[in-house]
Amino acid sequence: MPESGEGLKANLNIASGAKPLSVKDMEAIARKIRCHIIAMTGKAGSGHPGGSLSAVEIVTALYFGLLRHNPKDPHWPDRDRFILSKGHAAPLLYAALAECGYFPVEELSTLRQINSRLQGHTDRILTPGVEVSTGSLGQGLSFAVGVALAGRLNLQAYRVYVLLGDGECDEGQVWEAAMAASHFKVDNLVAIVDNNGLQIDGWNRDVMNLEPFNKKWQAFGWQVIDVDGNNLSELISAFNQAKSVKGQPTVVIAHTIKGKGVSFMENKVDFHGTAPTPAEVEIALKGLE
Amino acid sequence: MSPEVSLREAYGHALVEMGKENPDIVVLDADLSKSTMTQYFAKEFPGRFFDCGIAEQNMMGIAAGLAASGKIPFASSFAVFVPGRCFDQIRMSIAYSRFNVKLVVTHGGISVGEDGVSNQSVEDLSLICSLPGLTVIVPADAIEAVQAVKAVAAYEGPCYVRLCRPKLPLVNDNDYHFNLGRAVTMRQGKDVTIIAIGTMVVAALEAANGLQQEGIDCGVLNMSTLKPLDEAAIIQVATSCGAIVTAEEHLEHGGLGSIVAQVVARHRPVPMEFVAIKDTYAESGKAGELLQKYGLTAKDIKQAVHTVLKRKLSASAT
Ligand SMILES: Cc1ncc(C[n+]2csc(CCOP(=O)(O)OP(=O)(O)O)c2C)c(N)n1
Ligand SMILES: [Mg+2]
Repeated sequence: MPESGEGLKANLNIASGAKPLSVKDMEAIARKIRCHIIAMTGKAGSGHPGGSLSAVEIVTALYFGLLRHNPKDPHWPDRDRFILSKGHAAPLLYAALAECGYFPVEELSTLRQINSRLQGHTDRILTPGVEVSTGSLGQGLSFAVGVALAGRLNLQAYRVYVLLGDGECDEGQVWEAAMAASHFKVDNLVAIVDNNGLQIDGWNRDVMNLEPFNKKWQAFGWQVIDVDGNNLSELISAFNQAKSVKGQPTVVIAHTIKGKGVSFMENKVDFHGTAPTPAEVEIALKGLE
Repeated sequence: MSPEVSLREAYGHALVEMGKENPDIVVLDADLSKSTMTQYFAKEFPGRFFDCGIAEQNMMGIAAGLAASGKIPFASSFAVFVPGRCFDQIRMSIAYSRFNVKLVVTHGGISVGEDGVSNQSVEDLSLICSLPGLTVIVPADAIEAVQAVKAVAAYEGPCYVRLCRPKLPLVNDNDYHFNLGRAVTMRQGKDVTIIAIGTMVVAALEAANGLQQEGIDCGVLNMSTLKPLDEAAIIQVATSCGAIVTAEEHLEHGGLGSIVAQVVARHRPVPMEFVAIKDTYAESGKAGELLQKYGLTAKDIKQAVHTVLKRKLSASAT
């Protein structure tokens, strides 16, 4: 299995407790991941570029700055967990996993094709590094609460990170889970909301108003941290800050731009679930150089 | 008739017993621990019991997450609130994700009684059996319930065990040994075989006894594991008897009858009759009254046997 560059080394380093990558290095990886997302969805002719691009920094900060994990041993019991609740952002997760060395980068081009390990939405059985199958929105936070509780029962030090969409927070189950997380006082749990303001039918505020979003999480008993979700340094310091929160879960509300990094996709609802055409792929990749 | 014993009580005590032996067993409930009897485990092991409140969908996800880190979660509620309310959560977070979650539900069927339709479960087996990868068990008495619960704890993979609300007479001896995936021959017969599950096994045995007085040699098969299905046992009785009656406390559509009919149609077509709830909801009433009104008694089974035997005879005449 070809090993892919700096990513793999970085992660093994993190697993062994050495110094993580610099923000500058991570920015380069983020750019690479954006290119993968464009190329993969372009090749597949379908998929979800918008919500993949908005969360690139979130996922990069986690996999390349924070998580203790080992791509050679995806089931390492003490690994930190990353759970992608918004499963349609699968291209983002796949790109990050490939850059870490969970599977060859070349495999990314099989996204959504018959017999591929890279399903349209995440599949836990098929893809190394995927913690749970998602794609039906609203379920990941409940799962994450269970994983966090198990860590506490097992006296394991791992931390649990779960990424939700803002539109996803329309689902009642998210709030059932939010209530349970604070009831059970799971402080090894960090939820991140990719607050890009858009869902499928339009802006959150028009489809189903979430505001006052921040106050809702607070009222449910969560520590709330607001950050620029496309800023690696802000994200990393928020995740580090969350480590010292005791007795309650933390939510990082990551203010992002849907389609971030590709000018013609930014804040465009149409690129939620539409792949770029070959011509658009070319323009997008050029812009990312 | 043997004494009546509660399957739920048996489950509750079995959980405590298993919990003592295996520290990985954890239990979840959704504000029904006093009815599902997970309350005994809660009392004995408060640190390993999670009351999720009245939020069953969330409970499914939490159970999956606990299983993902090596716990053996038993999650309980009423049958009607599990596959029905949580179908997508079970599908995505448990079945498709293949997590080792044990769903043990109580109050299956209409023998729930006075609470009426909202609390009765007549579609759950159809829903849950439709999910690839799930093991589905409907024990016939408290002895089988305890063994089934222990068997699913030892088995790696998602499981659904359906218990009923009322106490049931014991149909198995204390030396009974439950084999996951194996039908149990309760009684051999050469004219016809009744294939039954859960509450209907005792009714099937009663019917078979009555039919014997009429000179009909009637077998009874307890199909306690609905999935994976013991196809060989079905094919065997279809071949040896040439007529089958199924009996279940569930809608006719999608439950035991449909499942058995598929095997019979493919491997050994013989006349079949179905004792089940027709395409309707039930109502409030005493368990016994409901079973009678909705056609789920030994008498209904006997009638179905007569009908199927007539068809068998006319088929062999032509
Ligand atoms: C339960 C469920 N309902 C509907 C969908 C279809 N769907 C896929 S993505 C999406 C919008 C998600 O919006 P958001 O959570 O804000 O995601 P993002 O903007 O980050 O892409 C919808 C409705 C789904 N996947 N799951
Ligand atoms: Mg959004």
